[in-house]
Amino acid sequence: MVVNRMTVHRDDIEKLAELARLRIAPEAVAEVTDRIATILGLVDQLQSVDTGAVEPMANPLDAVQRLRSDAVTEENRREAFQAIAPAVENGLYLVPKVID
Amino acid sequence: MHDLSVAELAHALRSREFTSTELTRHCLQRIRSLDSQYNSFITVDEAGALAAAASADARLAAGEQGPLLGIPLAHKDIFCTTGLRTSCGSKMLDNFVPPYDATVTRLLRDAGTVLLGKTNMDEFAMGSSSETSFYGNTRNPWDTARVPGGSSGGSAAAVAARLVPLATGTDTGGSIRQPAAFCGITGLKPTYGRVSRLGMVAYASSLDQGGPMARSAEDCALLLNAIAGLDPLDSTSSAHPVEDYTAQLRQPLTGLRIGLPREYFGEGLDTATGDRIHAALALLEQQGATLVDITLPHTGLSIPTYYIIAPAEASTNLSRYDGVRYGYRCEAPRDLHDLYTRSRQEGFGDEVKRRILVGTFALSAGYYDAYYRKAQQVRRLIRQDFLDAFASVDIIAGPTTPGPAFGLGTKTSDPLAMYLEDVYTLAVNLAGLPAMSVPAGLAAGLPVGLQLIGPHFDEARLLNVAHQLQQVSDWHRQTPGEASE
Repeated sequence: MVVNRMTVHRDDIEKLAELARLRIAPEAVAEVTDRIATILGLVDQLQSVDTGAVEPMANPLDAVQRLRSDAVTEENRREAFQAIAPAVENGLYLVPKVID
Repeated sequence: MHDLSVAELAHALRSREFTSTELTRHCLQRIRSLDSQYNSFITVDEAGALAAAASADARLAAGEQGPLLGIPLAHKDIFCTTGLRTSCGSKMLDNFVPPYDATVTRLLRDAGTVLLGKTNMDEFAMGSSSETSFYGNTRNPWDTARVPGGSSGGSAAAVAARLVPLATGTDTGGSIRQPAAFCGITGLKPTYGRVSRLGMVAYASSLDQGGPMARSAEDCALLLNAIAGLDPLDSTSSAHPVEDYTAQLRQPLTGLRIGLPREYFGEGLDTATGDRIHAALALLEQQGATLVDITLPHTGLSIPTYYIIAPAEASTNLSRYDGVRYGYRCEAPRDLHDLYTRSRQEGFGDEVKRRILVGTFALSAGYYDAYYRKAQQVRRLIRQDFLDAFASVDIIAGPTTPGPAFGLGTKTSDPLAMYLEDVYTLAVNLAGLPAMSVPAGLAAGLPVGLQLIGPHFDEARLLNVAHQLQQVSDWHRQTPGEASE
C-alpha cells in the first residue's frame, strides 16, 4: 500500500494537542508531527472514494437510542464514587483555584 | 486438570471428582510458577478467587448445577470489577478500583465463576500486540520472543498456556480474534450490541464488543450463554432474542455455503498461513459445505475508515480522564489547565496520545465533513458488501491475520505496519458482524487462525461450524511446549 504523508506542521500538532488537553514535550513535537502526518496520509485515501449521497452510518445496526421511562432508578452513591477521587472535601471535588 | 474443557471441568465438579477450591488452587499455582514467562496477568486475586471457589463449592454441595458454576476464569483488565483494580493497561487507571461491576462481570459472578485475576492488554485496548501496556508486554506462549497479539493478548496467552480455561476479551478492530489466532485458541466477537458494554472501559463505542476466549467453540458457547442479552443499563445493547448457543453445535454442515472473499486471499497473505486456511476449508468441504468465491470490494478501505472512526470516538471517550474524579492526577498542578494537560500527558502512553490527536483532528472544525462524515459513509459501503455477500452464502471464511505472530518490538516503531496487521478483522467491526477465530494448525511452529464471519446475530451458526471443525481436527488441542507440562 502506498501511503503519502499529509502535510502537517508543528503548529497544527500543537493546536490539536491544546484542543485535546495534551502537552507534547518540545523535543518530541517533531517526531509526533511526523507520525501523525503518516497516519493522516493513510486515512486521506478516503478522499478518492465517491460516496455521493450515501447516508453516514453511526451505528452498525442503524439502531436508534432506546428511551426509558423518566423514573429515578439509581441510588445516591456519592461517597463510594468520591472515595476514589484524587482530592475531595465536604462532598466536593477539589481542583486548583479557578477564579481569583 | 488444566487440560480439561469447561464442559469436562463442570462435569467433574458436579460429580465431586475435585472441588472448585482444588481446581482454583491448581490454576493459581500454575499462574505463580509459569506466568513470569508470559506476563499475561496484571493482577492476580488469590484471596478473592479462593473465596469465590468456596462459595461455588457450597452451591455445588447444595445440588446447584450451573454450567459455569465453580469454573475459574480471567477478565481482560478492561471490565470493571468491584474492589479489584481495573487498569485498562494504563498508568491513567493504575490506581482505579471500581465501585461497581461491569454487567459482564456481574453476570459471570452470579453464574458462579471464579475470577482468578485481570489480564494484560494494550493500553485502552489500542494496539495489536499487547506491547503498549503500562505493565510491560505480554509474551506468546508458543514463542516468548513473539507477541501474543492484541489488544486482548493477556487473555489469549493465559488460555493458550493453560493457566485458565476461560477468559473474556473485547474486540474493537480484531482484539479478540487476532490474539486468539496468534496464540492458537478460539475466540468470538459477538454482533455489536449482543453483549452489554456497561462497565467495559470505552475505546470506540460504536465498535467495542466483549466476548469469550477459550480453547474450543463449545467453551466459547458456554461463556456466551452467560453474558449475551439486553442490558437496560446499556442503551446500545440489543433486544434481539438470545439463543442457547450450545443448541446448534452438533448440527451437520451439509449444504452450508461458505463464501471466500478474494480480497482475503490475495497479495499480503503469508503463503504458509494461506496453506493452513485452505487445509481447514477442505475439512469443512468434506463435511458437506460448499465453498463459493465472493468479493468484498471495499475491504481495503476498512483500514483508513477504522483509523478515523475509532480515534474520533476514542478522543471523545478519553476526554473523561481529567485528573478530577478518578484516575491519575499530576503532582502540584499550577492551575486547572495544567491539571488537565499534565495529568493526561503523564497518564497516557504514546499510542493513546497519537489516537487522541488523530481523532481530535478528524472531529475538528473544517475537517469533520472531509474525514469523519466521509468515513461514516464508507462504513455503510463496507457493511453493504457483507449484506450483499450474505444474500448468496451462509457464512464467510478466510484468514484471521496476514501471517503468524510477529517478533516483539518489530512493529512498535512503525504505527502503520501495526495498523496493517488488522486488514482482515477491521471490516467486521465496522459492519457490526459476529466473527470467530478458530485454530487451523501450525505454520513453522506458530498457530494460524481461521476466521469465520456470520450475518448479524448468527453467533450460533459460527459456533456450529467451528465446533464441527473441532470434531474432525485436533488443532484446538495443540499446546505450546512449556505449558503442556
